[in-house]
Amino acid sequence: MTRLAARGAAGLSLLIICLAFLGPFLWVVISSVQPEATLAAQPTLNFSLDNFTAVLTWETLILPLINSIIISGSTAILTVFVAGLAAYPLSRYQLRYRRHFMLTLLFTTGLPMTAVLVPVYAMFFRFNLYGSVPAMVLFLTASSLPFSIWMMTNFMDGVPVSLEEAAWVDGAGWVRSLTTVVGPLMAPGVAVVAIFVFVGQWGNFFAPFVLMDTPEKQPAAVTIYTFFSQYGQVAYGQLAAFSILYTAPAVILYVAVNKYLAGSFSFAGSVKG
Amino acid sequence: MTVATAPAPPVTNTPPSGSSRRGVLRWLLPLGPAIVLLALFLAGPILWSVYVAFTNETLTGSASVNSEFVGLANFTRLFDDPNFINSFVLTFVFVIGSAVIGQNTLGLIIALLQRGRGRTTRSVVNGVVIAAWVVPEVVAAACWFSFLAEEGTLNAVLGISQEWLYTAPMLAVILANVWRGTAFSMLVYSAALSEVPKDLVEAAAVDGAGPGRRLLHITLPLIRRSIMANLMLITLQTLASFGLIYALTGGGPGTASQTTPLYMYEQAFRYFEIGYGSAIALVMLVVGALFSLLYLRLIKVEDA
Repeated sequence: MTRLAARGAAGLSLLIICLAFLGPFLWVVISSVQPEATLAAQPTLNFSLDNFTAVLTWETLILPLINSIIISGSTAILTVFVAGLAAYPLSRYQLRYRRHFMLTLLFTTGLPMTAVLVPVYAMFFRFNLYGSVPAMVLFLTASSLPFSIWMMTNFMDGVPVSLEEAAWVDGAGWVRSLTTVVGPLMAPGVAVVAIFVFVGQWGNFFAPFVLMDTPEKQPAAVTIYTFFSQYGQVAYGQLAAFSILYTAPAVILYVAVNKYLAGSFSFAGSVKG
Repeated sequence: MTVATAPAPPVTNTPPSGSSRRGVLRWLLPLGPAIVLLALFLAGPILWSVYVAFTNETLTGSASVNSEFVGLANFTRLFDDPNFINSFVLTFVFVIGSAVIGQNTLGLIIALLQRGRGRTTRSVVNGVVIAAWVVPEVVAAACWFSFLAEEGTLNAVLGISQEWLYTAPMLAVILANVWRGTAFSMLVYSAALSEVPKDLVEAAAVDGAGPGRRLLHITLPLIRRSIMANLMLITLQTLASFGLIYALTGGGPGTASQTTPLYMYEQAFRYFEIGYGSAIALVMLVVGALFSLLYLRLIKVEDA
């Protein structure tokens, strides 16, 4: 009987936790389809997609989303390319300072990137890079590299060397070996790293907020903040619609790699106790 | 960094290599782009901020052309600055409240409650908690802005009228951050708990240990490394949190929720005091570095 009661109590607690986590989503979802939504949580029976059509204009949503895709996409591609190259010697060769390098990378993942942006901003200002999208992408790539190289090396370690040896016998160097043997075999790992970086940059607000000079270059993360601070109180329904359209790609991509990411959480726990 | 060209190849075989110069090139070429990017866009700026923190550099005015070395002036100013002290205390409260107590405890509780539950329950709970985590920080702020509004969902549920963002801004940002970050701790603890041997817990039950004692004396000691590692990681993530607080309260009202990243933003990017802003950034980097080193010590990386 007490066992049953305990199970019931646990189930009830989980239900309450679920409801509490759903709470903050509630009004965003409801008000996005309410024609005259304000911050006051008073749903009506009117259903309309007006909020979505209202924000689906070039300046409000389309251009910022394109900017987000360009910034996050090029950062993800560049990161995967550079990290993939770097992972090869780290995974395959006996390098004397390999351990130091890997530990430095892991150490760097813990540094607050928010703080690094002060000198980066000053540097961009001094070298006339302020407002340059390519320069920002290079910075974002550098900030994603420590974790990506770490992950990529682990994925590459999982590809048996024996498979490469056949290629070496045929006279293939590391480039051929990497592109024709290792690359295809670790494609799922590459996709996970790419999506991980993409989703991370999709939500990145601070870097473009301080490094871009005009609204036309801003990704959706910043545009939605501007919209929020200007019209958040009056046009809450539109803000809600904006939030949903901007969040959707991140959620879809997360679901796509969910299975693979789940494994990386033993990362913190994989350590022997 | 050099290649060990010792003839005895250890566990892994290596691709064919020629002379020793080619030996250097074969690791320098693939590692080169990463090293250049890391040096130019991470190590360089960090080292430069160390230098600038000892100057009166600004982006406007005379000091922008001829910045001077001012010694420890920025740092003495920093530790005499009531606004910085305020921000430091608030950051501490924010980290302890939202990460160490909030996310960590709630994540552990959810992971514990989920043990032995059916697939459906687990995936529903995971889905809901992770959804809050996947949402970008500005959207999370928009969610909480409406949730905490005077006529918003929370007041409607509680049947009260309260301007949370004005009367209790720190509580508001702490709750929002617990909501957003709990998924990480939950996933870490789910992974850790799944590795706790069942027979150990059952043996204790046979010996008459109740659920509380089993948790305290068996389960928690077994996952203590995960707990420590998780605490370090979420502390590091929370220390530098900017977007959520900035979009939700802007640091206000006044400076009531202005944590150190927001204060740094104000000094460096609103008043263009790069020297002073860099000093603040440096303090944040040092604190982050200390926690990061602690984390490295703790996890004792085997495979690196």
